[in-house]
Amino acid sequence: MSTPTLPVSSASLWVAACGRDRLIRERGVAVLLPDAAQAALFRTHGDELYAVGNIDPFSGAAVMSRGIVGDRAGEPTVASPMLKQVFSLRTGRCLDDPDVALATYAVRVRAGVVEVCSRPGEAGV
Amino acid sequence: MRQLVVIGNGMVGHRLVEAVLSRDTAEPWHVTVLGEEPRPAYDRVALSSYFDGAGEFDLRLPDLARHGNVELLLGEAATALDRAARTVETSTGRTLAYDALVLATGSAPFVPPVPGRDLPGCHVYRTIEDLEAITATARAAAARDDTAGVVVGGGLLGLEAANALRLLGLQPHVVEMAPWLMPRQVDEGGGAVLGRLVAETGVTCHTAAGLAGIEPDPRGGLRVLLGEEGPGQERIDAGVVVFSVGVRPRDELARAAGLEIGPRGGVAVDSACRTSDPRIYAVGECASTQGTVYGLVAPGNAMAEVAAENLAGGAAEFTGADTSTKLKLLGVDVASFGDAQGETEGALEVVLNDAPGGRYAKLVVSDDASTLLGGVLVGDASAYAGLRPLVGRALPGDPLGLIAPERGGAAAGAGVAALPDDAQVCSCNAVTKGTVTDAIAQGSTDIPALKACTRAGTSCGSCVPLLKNLLADSGIEQSKALCEHFAHSRAELVEIVTATGVATFSELIARHGTGRGCDICKPAVASILASLGGGHILEGEQAALQDTNDHFLANLQRNGTYSVVPRIPGGEITPDKLIVIGEVAREFGLYTKITGAQRIDLLGARVEQLPAVWARLVEAGFESGHAYGKALRTVKSCVGSTWCRYGVQDSVGMAIRLELRYRGLRSPHKLKSAVSGCARECAEARGKDFGVIATEHGWNLYVGGNGGFTPRHAELLAADLDDETLIRYIDRFLMFYIRTADRLQRTAAWIEQLEGGLDHLRAVVVEDSLGIAAELEEAMARHVSGYADEWRGVLEDPEKLARFVSFANAPEAPDPTISFEIERDQPVPAGPVALGMPARRGASEPAAAGTA
Ligand code: SRM
Ligand SMILES: Cc1cc2nc3c(=O)[nH]c(=O)nc-3n(C[C@H](O)[C@H](O)[C@H](O)COP(=O)(O)OP(=O)(O)OC[C@H]3O[C@@H](n4cnc5c(N)ncnc54)[C@H](O)[C@@H]3O)c2cc1C
Ligand code: SF4
Ligand code: FES
Repeated sequence: MSTPTLPVSSASLWVAACGRDRLIRERGVAVLLPDAAQAALFRTHGDELYAVGNIDPFSGAAVMSRGIVGDRAGEPTVASPMLKQVFSLRTGRCLDDPDVALATYAVRVRAGVVEVCSRPGEAGV
Repeated sequence: MRQLVVIGNGMVGHRLVEAVLSRDTAEPWHVTVLGEEPRPAYDRVALSSYFDGAGEFDLRLPDLARHGNVELLLGEAATALDRAARTVETSTGRTLAYDALVLATGSAPFVPPVPGRDLPGCHVYRTIEDLEAITATARAAAARDDTAGVVVGGGLLGLEAANALRLLGLQPHVVEMAPWLMPRQVDEGGGAVLGRLVAETGVTCHTAAGLAGIEPDPRGGLRVLLGEEGPGQERIDAGVVVFSVGVRPRDELARAAGLEIGPRGGVAVDSACRTSDPRIYAVGECASTQGTVYGLVAPGNAMAEVAAENLAGGAAEFTGADTSTKLKLLGVDVASFGDAQGETEGALEVVLNDAPGGRYAKLVVSDDASTLLGGVLVGDASAYAGLRPLVGRALPGDPLGLIAPERGGAAAGAGVAALPDDAQVCSCNAVTKGTVTDAIAQGSTDIPALKACTRAGTSCGSCVPLLKNLLADSGIEQSKALCEHFAHSRAELVEIVTATGVATFSELIARHGTGRGCDICKPAVASILASLGGGHILEGEQAALQDTNDHFLANLQRNGTYSVVPRIPGGEITPDKLIVIGEVAREFGLYTKITGAQRIDLLGARVEQLPAVWARLVEAGFESGHAYGKALRTVKSCVGSTWCRYGVQDSVGMAIRLELRYRGLRSPHKLKSAVSGCARECAEARGKDFGVIATEHGWNLYVGGNGGFTPRHAELLAADLDDETLIRYIDRFLMFYIRTADRLQRTAAWIEQLEGGLDHLRAVVVEDSLGIAAELEEAMARHVSGYADEWRGVLEDPEKLARFVSFANAPEAPDPTISFEIERDQPVPAGPVALGMPARRGASEPAAAGTA
C-alpha cells in the first residue's frame, strides 16, 4: 500500500498492546503508538486481528476502537460510534464514502501478546 | 364590506365559516356568527369521548375568532328574521343586518310524548351541557345505589349513550321499539348478531319494546314502564333516562319567516344550498335537499363547501352524499354502505351469517349479480375499506368470496387494482384512488407519508388497509428486514427469541440470519435480550453488541469524551445530593448543565475517568440514569398536591414510583414519561410516551406523545384510574410496545401503524382483548424484580471495570486529542470539531505520519 522506509524487521516498530486474552471478540481497544499516534485494535468473531487508525476521519475524535464490529457482505467492518459510517477492517476504506479511509496497521502475536506495527500501511510479518 | 350572518355555530356552521374564509374573493365577507351554545364549535361526533376523559379542550375545533373578519357571538340565539329588511333579531335584543344569511341551526333531539318525559333525571344527548347534566344525575344515582340507566332508542346514538352510561359506572339498558338494534343501518340478520354482541358487553337490550311512561320512584329515582299496562308490564328502576330516538331539524326560524320547508321538515334548499329566498342558504342537519335531511356530518360539510363556493361567486352543486358508516360501538364493529337494505329494484342478497362466531356479512348486488350495490357488516368490518369503493361498480369476483372469513384479507384488497382512478378510497376526506397513486408516484412510499400528503386515512382510519394495498400494488415492498443480516422485523425477532429461548446473538444469527451482524442488528438484539431479562448488559457476548453509549454506560460527546447523567427520580433531589454532584464536577473538571428532562448532566469525562466518577456517585446513593440507553429515561413531575394550590394528587410521589418501577427497562427506542398534579399539566405529560395527569378521582393515562423531530401529543388511553390500575395498564402498555414495535420506533409511530390504532391498543391494554395481559404483567414483574443498577454492577466486577481504560497499553494516559478551553467559566471541548466534514483520504493519518 505504501513504500516502507524502514526495514520491517526492526524491533522498535512493534508496540505491545496487551495480552491476547484481554481482547473481547468483536470489540476493540485503543493502542497508544509512539509520537502520540493511536490505533484501534480489533478481534473478530473468527479471532482475526485487525488494527486501523483510531481517529474517526469524519469527526476528528479518537473513537474508532469503540465502534461496533460486524460485516458487510462478508467484509469485516467497524462502524464509527460517532456518526455511524462503516469502514472495512481489512483495507481501512470507508464503505459509505469511497474518498475516505483509515490507516491500517499490521498486527502480530508474540508469546500471547498482541503487537501492533507502529507504522501504518506496513505489511505484517 | 359585505355582511354575512351565520346562524348556528355547530360543526357545519363552523366548516362553512372556514370555507368562506379560505376562498379569495374580490370583495371579502365580514362574517358574524350567532351561536346559541355558550362555547365555540366543538366536535360533536366525538362527543362521547368526553366520558372517556376527553375535556372540552380536546373536542374544540380550530378557533375562528382569531380571524380579523369574523365576529363570534356566543350564548346568543337568533330569534327572528326580517327578510324584507334583511335583518336578524337576537336574544340580547341586537339587530344584525345581512347581505347574505346562512342557516346552520342543526337539529334538536326528539323526545317522544310519553308521560313523565320531563321528570328530573331524564336527559337528551346532544351538547356538552347535556353530558354534564347526565354525569351529575349519574353521580347522584350512584350515591343512592341506583345502578341502572336506561337509554330510549337503540340506534347508533343510543348505543353510544349506553356506552357513556357504562363509563359512568351504571348498568345500561337499551329500549328499542323495532325488533332489532340499529334498524336504520342493519337488517334483521345483522341486528340479531349485533344484539348478541352488545348483550355480551353487559348491556341489557329490550327490543320490540314500547315505552309506556316514566314515573318517579319513592327513593328519588325513576321507574321506566315498558309495554301495555297490566300484569305483563315490564319495569326498570333506573337512576338516569336518556332519550335518543332521533332528531328534528331546527327549522323554526325559517318557518316563521315563511321560507319553504321540506316534506319531512328541514329548510328546503336547491342544489346550490339556497333556500326559497336567494339571499338565504341552509346547510347541515337543518337543511332538506330533495326531501332528504342528512343526520351525518360529512354531507353537512359537503353542503358547507357548496354554499361557500356560491357565496364566493362560484357555481357549485350538492348532489347527494354517501351515507356509508363504519363504527365501533361498545367495542362492536358495525358497517353499512350503499343500498344496505336492498331497496333497489330486483336487488339480490348474498349473506354470511355466522351467529356462533359473532359475525354477519351481507352484500346487496344487482339482479344480474354483476354490480355491488351495498352491504352490511357486523362483528368484523375489516372488509369495509375494500368493499365501500366498489359500490356501483362491477364485482371483481364471486360475491361470497368477498365476505368469506378465510378470504377476509383478500377482500380488503379485492379489486383495488381494478378500481378506476376516480373511485374514492377515503370517504372521510374525499380522496380518490388517483390522488393516492399520484402521491405514491411522487415519493410518498409509506402510510405516514401518504397521510401527510393526501389526508387519506387521517380520520376514521378504515381506509388504511386499502392504502397499504395501493402501496403494494405500486410495487413498493414495505421491507421489514432489519438489515442485511436478518430478513425479520424487530417484532419477529422478539417472537423468535421468546419462542425458541435463544439467549445469544451468535446463536440467533447462526440460526436465523447471515454474516456477523452490524451496528443496526446488534444493538437491536441486545435490547431484545435485555428486555427479556438478559442480565447485565456487559455480561459475556452482550458486551460486543452494545453501542458505545451502552458499552461505556455514558453518552459519547463530539470530542470523544462522555457525559454522565445520574438518575434523579421524578426530578426530586436533596441538597446533600446536589452538593455531591457539584463536588464531583469540580473534582473531575466537568461541565455541568441542567438537562431538558429535569436532571443534571456532567459532561467532558474521559473514558478512564468514568469509574472514579461513578464510584463517588454510587457511594452518595446515585444510580445510572440510562441517558445512554434505548431505555426509560425520566419520569418528570410537577410539585403536585404536596405544594401546589391546584394539585389534586401527589404527582411527585407517583413520578418517583413509576421511575423506580421502570428504570433500566430496555425498549425499541427511548421512553419518556411525566406526571402532572392537575389538568394545568406543568410536567408536560402529554409530550411523553406515557403521561399521567391527575384528576379529582385518580389519574388519566395518555400514551404516544413525544417531542423531537415530529412532535406528538399523547392521547387518552384510560381515565380516572386508581394507582394500582394505572400501574397495571402502564405495565401492559410498555411490554406490548417492547414486544411488537420496530427498531427505533417511538410509541407514537408504533400506535399509528398498529392495525386498529389507539382503539386496538386500548382493547389490548384495558379489555385484554388478546388475552395476554397476565403474561405482559408477569414480564414486567420479572423486569422489576431483576433490576440492578448497571453502574454498581460495573464497579463490583473487575473484569468489566478493566474495559474503562484510554489505551490497552497505557490505561491511564489521557487521549492526547482531547483538550478543553473555558467558556462562561466552564470547560468545553477545544477541537476536534470537524463533525460531519470528513478529512479526505490520506489526511486522516497525520498523527501517524513521520513516526520513526
Ligand atoms: C442532554 C440533553 C440536552 C440537554 O442538555 O438538556 C439531550 C441530549 C441529547 N439528545 Fe435529546 N437530550 C435531552 C433531552 C431531550 C428532550 C427533552 C425531554 O426529554 O424532556 C427531547 C424531546 C422529548 C422527546 O424525546 O420526546 C429530546 C429529543 C431528542 C431526540 C429526538 C427524539 C425523537 O423521537 O424525535 C434525539 C434523537 C434520537 O434519540 O434519535 C435526541 C438525542 C440526544 C442525544 C443522545 C444525541 C446523541 O446521540 O448524542 C444527545 C446526547 C445526550 C448526552 O447526554 O450526551 N434527543 N432530547 C437532554 C437530556 C435529558 C435527560 O436528562 O435525559
Ligand atoms: C353523540 C353524537 C354522536 C354523533 N356521531 C356521529 C358520527 O359518528 N358520524 C356522523 O357523521 N355524525 C354523527 N353525529 C351527528 C353530527 O354531530 C351532526 O350531523 C353534525 O353535528 C351536524 O352539524 P350541524 O352544524 O348541522 O348541527 P349542530 O352541530 O347541531 O349545530 C347547530 C348549532 O346551531 C345552534 N343553533 C340552533 N338554533 C340556533 C339559533 N336560533 N340561534 C343561534 N344558534 C342556534 C345550536 O345550538 C347548535 O350549536 C353525532 C351526533 C351526536 C350528538
Ligand atoms: S400541574 Fe397542576 S398541580 Fe402540578 S404544578 Fe401545575 S398547577 Fe400545580
Ligand atoms: S375513510 Fe375515514 S379516514 Fe379514510
